[in-house]
Amino acid sequence: MIFETLNMSGYGIYVWSSFLFTIISFVILYNVINYQLRKEQRKFNSKYSKLNSDELKLIKKQKIYEDILVFSVNTKI
Amino acid sequence: MKIISNINKFSFKAQKYIFALFLIVLSVGLVEALVLSPADYKQSESVRIMYVHVPAAWTSVGIFSTIAILSLGALIFKNKYFSTIAKSLAPSGLVFNIIALVTGSIWGKPTWGTWWAWDARITSMLVLCIFYLLFILAWRLFSNKDSILKITAIISILGLINIPIVKFSVDWWSTLHQPASITLSGSSIHSSMLLPLIIMTAAFVLFSILIFLMKYNTELIKIKNKGIDRI
Repeated sequence: MIFETLNMSGYGIYVWSSFLFTIISFVILYNVINYQLRKEQRKFNSKYSKLNSDELKLIKKQKIYEDILVFSVNTKI
Repeated sequence: MKIISNINKFSFKAQKYIFALFLIVLSVGLVEALVLSPADYKQSESVRIMYVHVPAAWTSVGIFSTIAILSLGALIFKNKYFSTIAKSLAPSGLVFNIIALVTGSIWGKPTWGTWWAWDARITSMLVLCIFYLLFILAWRLFSNKDSILKITAIISILGLINIPIVKFSVDWWSTLHQPASITLSGSSIHSSMLLPLIIMTAAFVLFSILIFLMKYNTELIKIKNKGIDRI
């Protein structure tokens, strides 16, 4: 029964390898993007914790904290 | 800009819900595709490769079309929002394209007796993969924002010309690849095979949304980091 499921009338190697490749690709992509996200978050947390009260006030005034992306390429965020 | 602010806040929160939904839909899709759906009378069990190959190809083509429209919008309206979304969509699009090519190649061996053929559909998908790579490389290689917007817009518009070739190549030329089984006017696939195909496509779309949100948030945090550096 298990062998029949895995063998799939002789096509098992093609079917399982296709699904396995897809799942592995998903896992790799998810982990790479997740790593990049966590890295930037860590960087941000580290920089943010070093700011003094005046700098914190300044940073909260930055437009980035309201809408982050603004409709101009030349805008200094 | 309140809308953008809300979208950005939503993008942070939505990730875990989309991830959970993706896992549920993928699990149901895999059971349907590998266990419950019937074998094809002609291709036998190898038809199951369709449940990863077709959704990957559809999603990849859909993502590139979106990227091209957004890149053009970014260039015309000088809109950073569009370009950041386009940039964040590219990684999942590229991976789906590679999945479509590799699973197509695996499917080709038992069906056509060869791993690869310079068939119009397959070759145009390979060309699309090259455009994805060029788009991602452009963001990595160029630092000037104006240059990036122009270059990525050119790459994506040239790539967009390739999209109708991908879609209609099986109708325009005599190819090894079979013609489309699902069109806007209907489907020639039996419902027992159509259902897993739709579920797997939904899973692929959810995964691309998840990756997009994660990448988009990464870009937002990068911009925040630059904001701190300026102080």
